[in-house]
Amino acid sequence: MPDAPATPMLEMRGITKSFFGVPVLEDVDLDVRPGEIHAILGENGAGKSTLMKVLSGAHQPDAGTIVLDGQEVRFGHPSEAQNAGVSIIYQEFTLLPVRTVAQNIYLGREPHRGPLVDTRAMERATADLLRSLNVEAAIRPNKAVRSLSIAQQQTVEIAKALSFRSKVLVMDEPTAALSPHEVAALFERVRLLRERGVAILYISHRLREIFDIAQRVTILKDGRRVGTVDVPATTSRELVRLMVGRDLDNYFPARAAPADIAEPRLTVRGGGVIGVLQDIDIEVRRGEIVGIGGLAGSGRTELAQALFGVRPFDSGSVEIDGKSIRVRSARQAVRRRMGFVTEDRKMEGLVLPLSVRDNSLLALRSLGSFLRRGRSAIPIAELLKILELRGAGLDREVRFLSGGNQQKVVLAKWLASAARILIFDEPTRGIDVGAKAGIHDLMRQLARDGAAILMISSELPELIGMSDRVVVLRNGTIAGELSPGATEADIMFLATGEQDVAGAA
Amino acid sequence: MTTPPVTMPGGRGSRIEAIRSSVASTNAAPIYLVLFVVFLAAWLIVSLAGGHFVTIDNLTSMLVRSVALGIVAAGQTVVILAGSLDLSVAYLISVSALISSLIMNGDPSRIVVAVLAVIGIGVIVGLANGLLVTKLRVNAFIATLGVGLILRGLLNAAFDNFAGKVAPQFEVLGYGTLGPIPWSVIVLAATMLGVWFLLRSTRFGHHLYAVGGNEETARLSGVRSHRVVIGAHILCSLAAVLTGLFLVARIRAGAPWIGPDGGYDLESIAAVVVGGTALAGGRGGVWGTFAGVLILAIIDNAFNALQFNSFVKDVVRGVIIVAAVAIYAQRERRAGR
Repeated sequence: MPDAPATPMLEMRGITKSFFGVPVLEDVDLDVRPGEIHAILGENGAGKSTLMKVLSGAHQPDAGTIVLDGQEVRFGHPSEAQNAGVSIIYQEFTLLPVRTVAQNIYLGREPHRGPLVDTRAMERATADLLRSLNVEAAIRPNKAVRSLSIAQQQTVEIAKALSFRSKVLVMDEPTAALSPHEVAALFERVRLLRERGVAILYISHRLREIFDIAQRVTILKDGRRVGTVDVPATTSRELVRLMVGRDLDNYFPARAAPADIAEPRLTVRGGGVIGVLQDIDIEVRRGEIVGIGGLAGSGRTELAQALFGVRPFDSGSVEIDGKSIRVRSARQAVRRRMGFVTEDRKMEGLVLPLSVRDNSLLALRSLGSFLRRGRSAIPIAELLKILELRGAGLDREVRFLSGGNQQKVVLAKWLASAARILIFDEPTRGIDVGAKAGIHDLMRQLARDGAAILMISSELPELIGMSDRVVVLRNGTIAGELSPGATEADIMFLATGEQDVAGAA
Repeated sequence: MTTPPVTMPGGRGSRIEAIRSSVASTNAAPIYLVLFVVFLAAWLIVSLAGGHFVTIDNLTSMLVRSVALGIVAAGQTVVILAGSLDLSVAYLISVSALISSLIMNGDPSRIVVAVLAVIGIGVIVGLANGLLVTKLRVNAFIATLGVGLILRGLLNAAFDNFAGKVAPQFEVLGYGTLGPIPWSVIVLAATMLGVWFLLRSTRFGHHLYAVGGNEETARLSGVRSHRVVIGAHILCSLAAVLTGLFLVARIRAGAPWIGPDGGYDLESIAAVVVGGTALAGGRGGVWGTFAGVLILAIIDNAFNALQFNSFVKDVVRGVIIVAAVAIYAQRERRAGR
């Protein structure tokens, strides 16, 4: 293979972008050469997706320039970028499931004679594209996309990108939903594109893949570029250090003393959900906060949903306070005094046009019997005082509150229904730093008062700082459990499966 | 194997194959099974009651009864595929019938003017619906309900009885035949084939499926989604206008109640969803709608033959509509897993 020429196909210089005054990207540089696979590595929230959206024209940068093939460009719309030769394959595919492969690839650009679509020409062109990817046997141009496997659908996305004669192809976590066998096939195709001189940006946080396929890797952290290194000259250890090596100066409340942790409140043995989770053994004790770590797609949210009855366990047993039970719906979970602070506050946690009071009473009112049995919790006004919900009257619609205050209303909902087992999915996502500490204090206070807490977080400092134990998931099963002294690197090694390196660390 | 009861032009093998595959790909295949079962059941029951069901006369009359609903439902299929819907069709049918009857007033030389005038009205109403739905972002249900109410108000303010009179030559559309085949049935077949061809073979049709399936994807692929939705609304309104012309040719004079009494707004939507087109848009096709229309017509015909209580008929129709859509929903859920 000839050496890649040194002139970059794409150069991004000094890209800066902030949303509502919060900086998301600061002075980021990135370049990729023709025939190069350039990986972009970073934790969740490091700015990878925003950088790609700036490239595609979905977002406009506040500062910085983009030079494509020697010319400065500025894309106002993703289709402009596409026509200029920049294609992005997102994690969520944008294909129309009931339309055929050919119809999807040439959507909006159908070969035509007058108003009529030239189906034959379209399918022939599609067949040529598929042949150039060596998949013409498996994928027929006239097949409906929904009859294809995920890997095949991804191949269709690649073929679509090819049809634009892309000079730059961005792949956003392309292997997240693929089996190892499919990953190998994907890599073959990606190398094929590379040999044709396409410049490829490959976003991933699976270290092994980066070593398998990339020539260079740029590491982003907290919206800044930490460094760009040649892959052959680096080690996974160095990459992890670059990716997570930040100062742990955040403030977290003190952990539980051994005496505060009492009997198990929630025990799962051999829990499984077909195709998503298997062999889940987990125990959460009274007074304890158990952190759940893992990469996106490792089954974290699915675990929370299984516990809460949203998509119940198909196998295994669950005990609450020593009693074997089955949670088959969210309603049953609420009756068993579980609470679920979901990742998506606005969609799943709150009814935005309702008042603070009505939202706080949502769970309680759904189970009117609590009230009659006198098991009701604290009056709402008092509850909100405890939560220190400032600047918001009881009758205020929650859509007008800040993210931190909204999260407190979600918490109020579960406190009002006297939940004793609380599951938090990304409890401080999108919440500013000051409010974060408030939520963290509250969580610890709840544990001290006897709640058992399970906390999912992709923010490693939070996971380490808040948890009494950390359980790490990988590929739908438990990869390991870490005690309080664990480092970010320990978690990342468990989450990515780089066991060998973890041993050396 | 399904055998779509469609009169095929030319009878080229590839055409039949294309129709068959388009029936299969649009999820309409099971509805032809339902159609078959309903047909057999009606045949059996009517025969047991001593009536005649499968006679040329009865089958022809059933088809003619399907013409009005069939044409407007073909138009409704187009808007629903685009992710919209149209509740104004019933009143537009009345407007079309009344205005054409008034303009003709028995004079054959004014047929062309009358037809052009109502086509113009159809374009304006469709444009209004489409602009409301796209540019002003009014929910389609409300936008077209509102436009329908406006038409109703105008109709009721101006007319309270039959008005005008169609030219005798125009009645051919309602009563004439070409050989043994009524002209109206030919018009229905032409409409169905036209919409099928539009959906299958034109860029507009392809973009329609894309916009209805995922407007964002379509837009990002460079499809001008607003134009597509507006075009769909105009086509649907034109279908309603054609239905109005057919009905006035049969009734011989226009009246304000022609559209609403036929229940063409909700019934056309029912025929479309019974035919397997997703109310959310993007999935389905006109052959399913055709089957839906025929099913409703068979039920009508059988109950008329039996001279049975019409309330029972409504119950049967309700059960079939709900059952068909429930089955589609289950199939979708299984396909989605």
